[in-house]
Amino acid sequence: MNRISKAFENKKAFIAFVTGGDPDIETTEALIPQMAEAGADLIEIGIPFSDPIAEGVVIQAADERALRAGTTTDKLFDMVKRVRKKVDIPLVFMTYINPIYTYGTVRFTEQCVACGIDGIIVPDVPFEEKEEINSACEKAGVELISMIAPTSRERIDMIARQAKGFLYCVSSLGVTGVRSKITTNMKEMIDHVKKVSNIPCAIGFGIATPEQAYEMAAVSDGAIVGSAIVKLIAQNGRNCIEPVCQYIREMKVAVAAAY
Amino acid sequence: METNIGIKKGRYGLYGGQYIPETLVPAVQEVEQAYENYKNDPTFQAELKHLMENYAGRPSLLYYAEKMTKDLGGAKIYLKREDLNHTGSHKINNVLGQALLAKKMGKKRVIAETGAGQHGVATATAAALMGLECEIFMGKEDTDRQILNCYRMELLGAKVHPVTTGTMTLKDAVNETMREWACRMDDTLYVLGSVMGPHPFPMIVRDFQKIIGEEIKEQLMKAEGKLPDAVIACVGGGSNAMGSFYEFIPDASVRLIGCEAAGLGVDNPKNAATIANGSVGIFHGMKSLFCQDEYGQIAPVYSISAGLDYPGIGPEHANLNEIGRAQYVPITDEEAVEAFEYLSRTEGIIPAIESAHAVAYAKKIAKNFDKDQIIVVTISGRGDKDVAAIARYRGVEIFD
Repeated sequence: MNRISKAFENKKAFIAFVTGGDPDIETTEALIPQMAEAGADLIEIGIPFSDPIAEGVVIQAADERALRAGTTTDKLFDMVKRVRKKVDIPLVFMTYINPIYTYGTVRFTEQCVACGIDGIIVPDVPFEEKEEINSACEKAGVELISMIAPTSRERIDMIARQAKGFLYCVSSLGVTGVRSKITTNMKEMIDHVKKVSNIPCAIGFGIATPEQAYEMAAVSDGAIVGSAIVKLIAQNGRNCIEPVCQYIREMKVAVAAAY
Repeated sequence: METNIGIKKGRYGLYGGQYIPETLVPAVQEVEQAYENYKNDPTFQAELKHLMENYAGRPSLLYYAEKMTKDLGGAKIYLKREDLNHTGSHKINNVLGQALLAKKMGKKRVIAETGAGQHGVATATAAALMGLECEIFMGKEDTDRQILNCYRMELLGAKVHPVTTGTMTLKDAVNETMREWACRMDDTLYVLGSVMGPHPFPMIVRDFQKIIGEEIKEQLMKAEGKLPDAVIACVGGGSNAMGSFYEFIPDASVRLIGCEAAGLGVDNPKNAATIANGSVGIFHGMKSLFCQDEYGQIAPVYSISAGLDYPGIGPEHANLNEIGRAQYVPITDEEAVEAFEYLSRTEGIIPAIESAHAVAYAKKIAKNFDKDQIIVVTISGRGDKDVAAIARYRGVEIFD
């Protein structure tokens, strides 16, 4: 069983996102093992991109900070290689297609495997374009994580049937970011998936509070939190480790309670 | 249900495609389907033709620039006067088509990006005419340098959002409009302003702009009884160039030349010459050429022209370049400003600074042609909006 499947085994997964290199590589490197220790079941590491069109203002600002600090794809690969010696949980990259394409999809996916990355999430590659990267992923042995959104409706069948790793279920229209209320009927969306596939489903976009995390985990297999964590990093800079871990411990309790 | 697996939609050779977040896929497919339904619908085409003729003022003139011809001492120069269209540029051709499509699709609201403000003004105009709500996203850098166009859009009833993310120019305006569309697509159409973005936009915008080249061909046949030897147009995303070129693609004898913004020069980092300096990438929904670094970070680009200040180029242009059917040349700020002044003095026509890039190249090459050969230069827009910026460039402070 691969690491991603394990993260969903006999529990609801708490998935945490950080932008790699925000505020600098050293902080991210120290943060990831601590996040795992605090209870994150899977960590998404964002490779910063100059123009992240699926992100709200919080993660946009994190990408800018990371790029200003000199973060590059190669530096993140090196960091992951070092971090991989300390953590066993699955690590996935979240980035846009252009940094991958420009790096060379084959070279990128091979590097992922060499460094211990288990999957990649590429929000601007929809189902119809996934051949751009899918065969490279399969050949290298890294899972290409698929996404469904509130607008997907009848598209869910074909996406879910071919999904690998876990299915990223987008809770709301628009971009990433904290929302006071998630209005989409997520249970209905997840039930739809489960009719055609037993892929683990994790819900992301808009989740910030333990109550929301509990509610979302209760109808799915896990909750994904990005902007709320990145906000703590923005507020605390290099001293973010303790506040982030404190937050993860609270969220983990809420998600675990939903099992 | 058709799954589209393995079908490469909207491709121009290697380029094009539909690289967008899942949230937006159904919205883009809805546009695609609606356009397929209406593009051959006689009622839709008749309504559009009526608007083009009675509202936009088409056909636009094909003007023989006799003084310029004599002065340059080579090819006969004709100017395709898109600057004479209502709203002062070629942008109206596309927005009338897309706004009409929005109405047919039952949308109540249109959103758009704009660089120089020409597309924003055109969209606001079409929205006012057709009773659609309109919101325009414009980089803060551009709202500062095109303040008149901002007020113009507001006069037309549109809401202008200055975009303060990233480099605060056209690419960031596109990012923000895409984000807005992903928030609200039920009642909203994103009226993309150039032959770029995810399929079907490069095709739709080209189809609504190809009237430029069709008219050139017809008007020149009437005036000279033959095809032009070269068609020259400026290229940012590339809509006026694609509109000018498309009709002539099968006519191998017609040279097609796109002029991109080289800013301070192609060897200076401050430029926006995508064909000269770009490499293949995938951004803003399309595979095409982009100015970017080795890690795929999109480069901050620069041009005196806000309308050409874009780090990419439409996918069909990338393909025309690759197969050698069209040629793309860099024009610096200095060359464009000189051409701006030259056309004003020589022909009494103040072109948009974007269009001045095309004029600059015509000036360079006209003498290499015989006197019975013909160059058509598309004047994509008028230059009123640029007067203050050109004055500043020449060290004169005036307030617009």
